[in-house]
Amino acid sequence: MTAYIDIILVGLILSNFILLGSSRLGNCIRIAAWQGIMVGLLPMATAEAGFSFRIAALGSAVIVLKGFVFPKLLSRALRESDTSREVQPFIGYTASLIAGVLALSASFWLDGRLNLPIHSASAIVVPVSLSLMFTGLFLVVARRMAITQVIGYLVLENGIYALGLAIVRDLPFLVELGVLMDVFVAVFVMGIAIYRINREFDHIDSHRLAKLKG
Amino acid sequence: MSAEGLLLLLSGFLLSPLLQGVINRTKAVFAGRKGSPLLQQYRDMAKLLRKGAVFSTTTTGIFRIAPSAVLVLVAAAYTLLAPSTVESGWGFPGDLILFVYCLGLARFLTVTAALDTGSSFEGMGASREVLYSALAEPALIIGLAVLARVSGEMSFSGVFHGLGDSEWLSAGTALAIVVVSFLIVMLAENSRIPFDDPNTHLELTMVHEVMVLDCSGPDFALITYGASLKLWLFASLMVNLAISPLGLSGYAQVAGFLGGMLFAGILVGTIESVTARLSLLKTPGLLTGAGALAVLAFILAARYLQ
Repeated sequence: MTAYIDIILVGLILSNFILLGSSRLGNCIRIAAWQGIMVGLLPMATAEAGFSFRIAALGSAVIVLKGFVFPKLLSRALRESDTSREVQPFIGYTASLIAGVLALSASFWLDGRLNLPIHSASAIVVPVSLSLMFTGLFLVVARRMAITQVIGYLVLENGIYALGLAIVRDLPFLVELGVLMDVFVAVFVMGIAIYRINREFDHIDSHRLAKLKG
Repeated sequence: MSAEGLLLLLSGFLLSPLLQGVINRTKAVFAGRKGSPLLQQYRDMAKLLRKGAVFSTTTTGIFRIAPSAVLVLVAAAYTLLAPSTVESGWGFPGDLILFVYCLGLARFLTVTAALDTGSSFEGMGASREVLYSALAEPALIIGLAVLARVSGEMSFSGVFHGLGDSEWLSAGTALAIVVVSFLIVMLAENSRIPFDDPNTHLELTMVHEVMVLDCSGPDFALITYGASLKLWLFASLMVNLAISPLGLSGYAQVAGFLGGMLFAGILVGTIESVTARLSLLKTPGLLTGAGALAVLAFILAARYLQ
């Protein structure tokens, strides 16, 4: 079982790298969808008591939402905004990739220092979820386009979800559904916001929104 | 040296131009062409060796020494690597580093010889070569460091004899990532697509070919042979690592290695057929990606083997 978990976790790190190094927004949405599916598979792989209906339901809810519904919403927003790539991010792609590597090393170092009193399913699940959170935050800060920022938010949420799984190994069903609901609403609202921004200003460059002041 | 080791060593020196033939044939099949004969590169080299050499009056001794010196250095690096999978006492601790340095010195000589001609095109090629290698070398060294970390040995023979089933079970993900990273480094170091198109003849876009524009006759034959040997060298590094979990030894190892090399040739041909050459500004990103993969593999290996 550990082998499957490790493959999923390494896949998560690789998807982080691709998100950091890719300029095509459509590609970013696809990778974020794959990341959502991998995160949805995680509880099925980490379940201590074995496979149960509850875990299957939770996992498939996550997969359907993060793997299909969110990407659909985002691609619609992308299609309507008439942009296909992030032209001038605040931090370039090569530098972002290096930052991602640094964040990964930092999360492994942090995990060694924290010494969390948990027996997680895999030796790397905590540092990987930390690096997901760092990458998500980085994407929110370093990119101009509203869509990439929403993707960063999703990556951040994936990290929190994976960390939760690592710490309690199976989450209370209702709590998790509640969180999923929140994320769903958030992405929905952001999708509408992107649509509105695009209609009002003919672009979704969040940096240029600062000019509204005064 | 045992017969198997000798066979592995000689296979590279004799068959490396054939690997180019395999790649070209794969590309021809993809394009629906008949393609050049598998042994075309041998014929080209034989033709070049019969010709005379022309040296520009602006060049100095460096330009005349470089082709043979580069070939000798690549051959030395290959001699360190090739028999190590079947010879348990081959090499010495630290030959991983000497391997990288031999290739680095070979590149330095190629670049200085290109600058020595005083041609502006060759200067551009030299600058690109140095840019790519500055990014590819860390990926190679960190990848080798992962192998050293996992096997606990500092020589090629130690590494390849130390990598078995148990290492692949405990650190398999890290080793698989290193294989991918070595593949990207191989494509970059040998100026293959997506980094450079070996068939292009437009000076503005070439990397390796543009640096050797002024070489002619026997010198160019040495350079062509050296380039094939270098491709074989990087491919064999990747293949040796990829077949290490099979636990082969003796003649089975030799057969597995040659089969793996054939597969590597077809793989490179396929990659070249299905991907386009990246624009010059994007290639550093891909190479940084290879470095990022190598760092990830190192972190994972360090964590798994705690």
